[in-house]
Order: sequence, then C-alpha cells, then structure tokens
Amino acid sequence: MAPHTVAVNPNPVVRTQDLYRGFNGRTILSGLDLHIQRGEFVALLGRSGSGKSTFLKALAELDHEVEGSGTLDVPENRSVVFQDARLLPWRNVLQNVTLGLAGANDAGRRMLREVGLAGRENSWPVELSGGEQQRVALARSLVRDPDLLLADEPFGALDALTRIKMHALLRQLCARHQPAVLLVTHDVDEAITLADRILVLEEGSFIEDLQVDLPEPRDHGDPRFGQLRRHLLSRLGVAAH
Amino acid sequence: MTLIATDGFKPQQAAAANLQNRRRSGARVRLGPGPAIPFGLQIGSLALLVLWTLGSALGLIDPRILSAPWTVLDAFRQLIADGRLQDHFGVSAYRAVTGLVIGVAIGTVLAIIAGLSRIGEALIDGPIQIKRAVPTLALIPLLMLWFGIGEEMKIITIVLAVIVPIYIHTHNALRGIDNRYVELSETLNLSRWAFIREVVLPGAMPGFLLGLRFAVTLCWVSLVVVEQINATSGLGYMINLARTYGQTEIIIAGIVVYAVLGLASDAAVRFIERRTLSWRRTLSQ
Repeated sequence: MAPHTVAVNPNPVVRTQDLYRGFNGRTILSGLDLHIQRGEFVALLGRSGSGKSTFLKALAELDHEVEGSGTLDVPENRSVVFQDARLLPWRNVLQNVTLGLAGANDAGRRMLREVGLAGRENSWPVELSGGEQQRVALARSLVRDPDLLLADEPFGALDALTRIKMHALLRQLCARHQPAVLLVTHDVDEAITLADRILVLEEGSFIEDLQVDLPEPRDHGDPRFGQLRRHLLSRLGVAAH
Repeated sequence: MTLIATDGFKPQQAAAANLQNRRRSGARVRLGPGPAIPFGLQIGSLALLVLWTLGSALGLIDPRILSAPWTVLDAFRQLIADGRLQDHFGVSAYRAVTGLVIGVAIGTVLAIIAGLSRIGEALIDGPIQIKRAVPTLALIPLLMLWFGIGEEMKIITIVLAVIVPIYIHTHNALRGIDNRYVELSETLNLSRWAFIREVVLPGAMPGFLLGLRFAVTLCWVSLVVVEQINATSGLGYMINLARTYGQTEIIIAGIVVYAVLGLASDAAVRFIERRTLSWRRTLSQ
C-alpha cells in the first residue's frame, strides 16, 4: 500500500472540479470535486444507479453520448480493468497483454510472470479460468505503466476464494508500480481491505470521503474494521448487523 | 382364507409384471441421432454408385438415358488422352478463379467500408441488398448488351455473384463485433489501423469464411450458367456440345468434374477455416 505521505504532493494525478454528467436531461453526477495523488488507492462505493460507473467512464473518457461540464484533468497514460476480462479471443495471452504496443514482448512476459502466469504466453483466452483471464487483464493494464488505473468492479465475477487471491495480488502490484487507483466496487469489505481512502457516491454526489488508517495487512477480525464496515454500510442505506 | 389370499395376491403380481413391462417397452426414448457411423457420409454416395452399376449391368437403365459407369470412365480416358478435358478445364478454372478473386476482394472492401462508417453503409448497403434480390441469371441479358459475349461478360457475371455472400456475411460479422472490444481499444489508445488489424479483421473472419464457402459454390454455379450461353470453350461448353450429339457419357463426365471441383473447393475453405479459427476450436475439438 502507498504510504500516506504522498498525499502532500501538490500535483494530483486526477483532478475534477464541479464535474457534471447528465443523460437525456437527467442529472447523473453533479458538482464532483476530487483529487487523487500518485500512488493513492481510492475505492468508490455506491449503490446500483448511484452514478459510480458513470464517474469511472468519465475519468476513462469513454462517455461519448452524455452531456457534461466541469473540469476534468486526467493523465494521458491511464488504463482500465473492466468487470469482464475483455480479452480478444483471437489473440493469445501475450498478444493480449501487449495489444497496441510495439516491441513490448519482453515487458509483457515480465508482467505475466508478475501476475503468476509465466509459461501461459501462448495459451488462448478460452483455455484460461476466470481468475486467470482477469490476471491477464491486470497485466495488460499494468504493462503500460499507467499513471492512473481505473477498475470497474474487476473482481465481481470471480468466486470468493479467487477474489481473496486477486486482492493480495492487486495490493502487491499497486505497491510496486505506484499508479493512482480508482476502484469502483459495491463490496464494502473489498473497499476496506484494499483502499487508502474510501468515497461513497449517492445520487451523483460524494456523501463520504474518509481515510482508512488501519494497519496492513487488514484483518477482518479487527474491531476497527467492523466499525468502519458498519459505518459505511449505514451510509449506503443498509442496516448493519 | 387361502383362496381369498391367492386371489388377492394374483392381481398384485399381474400389476407388478405389467409395470415392469411398461418400463421395458417405455425405456427412455433417445432423441438424438446417436453416435456417428464410420464413413457415414460416403455410404449414401456409394449406394447410389452401386445402384447405377447394377442397373446398367442388368440392362435396366437405357444407355441413351444414362450411360453405364464404365462408359463414363472410357469417356474420361478418351477426353484426357486427346487433351480436351484439360483444355476445357483450364479455361473454366481461369474464369472461376479470376471471378472469385476479384469478387472476394471487392466484397470484402465494400463490407469493411460499410461496417466502419455510417456514410459508407448508407451508400453501399442498399444497392447490395437490391443485387441480392435479383438473380444473377436475370442480369445476363443486360451484361451481354454491355460487355458482349466474350470473357469479360463471363467473369463479370461471376464477380457479381460472388460479391453478395462475401459482403453480406463479412458485414454481418463486422456489425456483430462486441462493442466492449471497441471500448477496450479506445482505452488502449489503439490507432485506427491497429484497431482494424487487431479487432475488426479477426472479429469478422468467421463471417468472411462463411461467405467464402457460399462464394466458392456460387462461382462454380455461375460458371455453368455463363458457359452454357454463347461459349466456345470450357466445361459448360463441352457438356452443351455433348447434349447436341446425345453423348450422355460426356455430359456425366462433365458433371462429375463439377462435383469434384465443388467438393474440393469447399474442403479447401474448411481447411483454411480450421487453420485461421484455431482460437475457438481448442475447446470444442
């Protein structure tokens, strides 16, 4: 995990000011101000329809068909990990990782080794399990050495055991490569386990922005973990038990 | 008491036997066709050949209606010996291959333009759909007026026939490429050319190859048609001439060549399909 000292960096990687997004006259996001520093891991929580995916798409500049205004300052070098691995089925694993990069085969192989897939370079995507495919997608994002990593519920489709392994891998990789990370999720535990900072989006505005000051690695049994979990759940409108 | 007991027992026994019976005759019905028969595809064709041979040998088939298989073999030997078959085959193959290559190239380019731009689609798609609705045969009189009765007309007829399936299937596959891959390509900053090379062409490949299978068959079919109108060479001409002299053995020899060509080219396309689409066959094989 990134040390919190980076937060004093005066040049944020991501800067939005009074960001507005709407669709067919309906407001989806309004007045969003956010700075994310290099190496900072931010989790964005929100219920379905809260606008969290719209916000991620705005940062990825993938929102062609929506109305928008406000300042949006994102680095040119950013990559996205989607909920599905989104590998091209007609390209092998290594070609998927280096897609669109010339002469990056060595870097691609190194990255595959980092995500634990050394030796699978020539496999087809259909031959991999769901977790392995998502690791290839992670390698494809990180081989570009992004300044900003956007992840849209990347582990939502994985089984619980694979998800725990992927959490550890993602923490490790982010600590090593130090991108700014925005992880969109609806899983409160995932957010507390991974993030330095948690935002809660509700009807297009941030209603919570808090630093997570728990020691690493985070222990689900820690009473502060439970306290934070109850607090976030209540902010999401779920009665904590 | 004993009497009553046996009486009471009998119907029960009968009912049990009945149930067993019903089970046996009503064993779960198998709905699938079952396992494949070895050489299954050849059996029907061989049976037909045996029937033909037997019918001819026993004198049941009038040789003026259908020559005997050995007469057809003789005709083959004769045609090859005096070089006629090779000459006609060469001319036909040249027409078919030229028409196919030009038609496939035009069809593919049109499909890519229509698939990647809305203006291209607006300009191209309508005319092709109209062409699809018009049988190629109906265009021949017009093509003869425009291009005469020479090679040009024959090749253009084949080209026009081939364009349609190539365009339709390639365009359909292009339109079917998952929008998620387009989104991915945008986040990876792919250039337009890299997008076409990495996503569009491989994604459209299954459709293109399906179109190619139709195109190959269609190109031989159109060849038969154009060679039976105003031709002085080619397999179709050879067959037509044989009809004039009532030589059924040469007609059948010509038909056999067409059949072999059709099957061989289909097999060739399926071979290409297996090689280029290996990425999706790894699991189904």
